Amino acid sequence: MGQRVAIIGAGMTKFVRRAQETGKELAWQAAKAALDSCGLTLKDIDCISMGCAPDAFDGVHMKGEYLSDGSGGWRKPYMRHFVGGGTGVFAPIHGWFHVASGVFDTCLVVCSEKMSSCHPHPQGAFKTIFDHTTEQPLNPTLIWIFALEYNRYMQTYGISKRDIALVSVKNKKNAIDHPAAHLPMEITVDDVLNSELLAWPVNRLDISPASDGAAAIVLAGERTARRLTDKPVWIEGVGWNLDTAYWATRDLAYPRYVEKAARMAYEMAGIKEPKKEIEIAEPYDPFTYKELHHMEGLLLAEKGEAPQLLVDGVTQRDGDRPICPSGGLLGVGNPISAAGLMKVIEIFLQLRGEAGKRQVPGNPTCGLAQAWGDLMQIGTVIVLKNR
Amino acid sequence: MELEKMKLGATPLKESDLKEGKVLSLAMTPDIAYAWDNGVAIGRYLEELKNGRIIARKCNKCNRIMLPPRMFCELCWRATDKWVYCKDTGTVNTFSICYINWDASRIPKGQPPHIPAVIHVDGASTFMGILHVLGEVDPDDVKIGMKVKAVWKKPEEREGSITDIMYWKPLRPAQGRKTAGRR
Ligand SMILES: [Zn+2]
Repeated sequence: MGQRVAIIGAGMTKFVRRAQETGKELAWQAAKAALDSCGLTLKDIDCISMGCAPDAFDGVHMKGEYLSDGSGGWRKPYMRHFVGGGTGVFAPIHGWFHVASGVFDTCLVVCSEKMSSCHPHPQGAFKTIFDHTTEQPLNPTLIWIFALEYNRYMQTYGISKRDIALVSVKNKKNAIDHPAAHLPMEITVDDVLNSELLAWPVNRLDISPASDGAAAIVLAGERTARRLTDKPVWIEGVGWNLDTAYWATRDLAYPRYVEKAARMAYEMAGIKEPKKEIEIAEPYDPFTYKELHHMEGLLLAEKGEAPQLLVDGVTQRDGDRPICPSGGLLGVGNPISAAGLMKVIEIFLQLRGEAGKRQVPGNPTCGLAQAWGDLMQIGTVIVLKNR
Repeated sequence: MELEKMKLGATPLKESDLKEGKVLSLAMTPDIAYAWDNGVAIGRYLEELKNGRIIARKCNKCNRIMLPPRMFCELCWRATDKWVYCKDTGTVNTFSICYINWDASRIPKGQPPHIPAVIHVDGASTFMGILHVLGEVDPDDVKIGMKVKAVWKKPEEREGSITDIMYWKPLRPAQGRKTAGRR
């Protein structure tokens, strides 16, 4: 590989239900903040890696082009990336390729999302995710898929809704300390179980909120990174993997594609025992059970074991393996692509010791962020180290 | 750098800010229509549904009998070999009891919920599930592993659609055992 790549700066907007700013303006705010954080200007940036979710959410065709100016992309090599919910980790993976190859020395990664434009809600857009001939005539809602997967996961390993609800309690509480959070809350397991039942086993508080927001990071090759910062955070491994779009033919209890993505990233990063070496992680948590499902796919827990780690407090911020210390999508919010990049930023800050009240104890040296998307079929993984 | 020390962008709006005209917005409903070609494999699948039968496609290399049928095997990356009829019975792999409609509107109290399920159809390979819905069953009686049978529209009402199967019902009536309920 051409060169080692570090994250040297980061920025983001608040995540809110509906922002006055357009997607371009949000992208600009986050990108400018990221450049300011490491003392660079757009002139210092060689290329742009942009991530955003389906065009249908905005009603803007070719959203990559639409968001390109706010992302600093004009008159530069610019690429838009999109793998549904997996986008927020996919965009930095591709920024890494640009710099690791040696073709570019710096890359600005920007993810921006307006979930509020599809008004009053994006269900009509979500419906088109299903196969138009064999599934859409059944009038599915997106929640069906998650409810079906949640139920299969629960039944396969004998897990209770009560244990899974604890993910929401933990993450919304963690989000209280996140300055950008959309839905920080102090709640109980019973609050989750008693919230509106949408599609058993999914209650309202099992689901992350749809948000507007943007996030950005700055990547640099090793020499430049060392010149610009004392605390570079290295991207040591990247991985992604796509499973079948015939989602009903998969083993819904286990995200095999996430395991494949993780193994790719671990091999690159020289990680042999993820349970010991990954000290802190931000698995994708758009729904409560997904955090647990993904911990297992990432080999951070045995199959069916993640809920017990949660119940035992292992995944709390002060536990042995903090999971979603940011507050995750459930607490910080879910502007699709920006939510994934927010997770990368959280690990970056934690490894620099700059996570404020969210800082986990023990000076972690190695962490991971992961996202998930398309038709519940892609895993995107990035492994970061601070030395 | 710490997020706490940065001025974070994004100005939150309230619903009332828009209603009261404090900020302006523009609304548009796209006027677009599509006609999707069914293709070769799904075209035949739908024709057979109209005949009251479920047809799959077999790959002779991996020996999978695939639903929905496909003209190429995505794993062996070769053309599939032959058509194979399945039964109209199957097993519930997973299910949900859904109290909202596709557009997020709520099902009125007293009306039955939707029961979407992944059904493994008999005669297709293991794990060849399709998305469909269950009916003629009390939501509390639905179980993973339950055997079900397709309930078809009358032949003259079928139109070559996945909805020619109205729903799947339990192969055997409930045994009078009641579960605790899921609400
Ligand atoms: Zn094959």
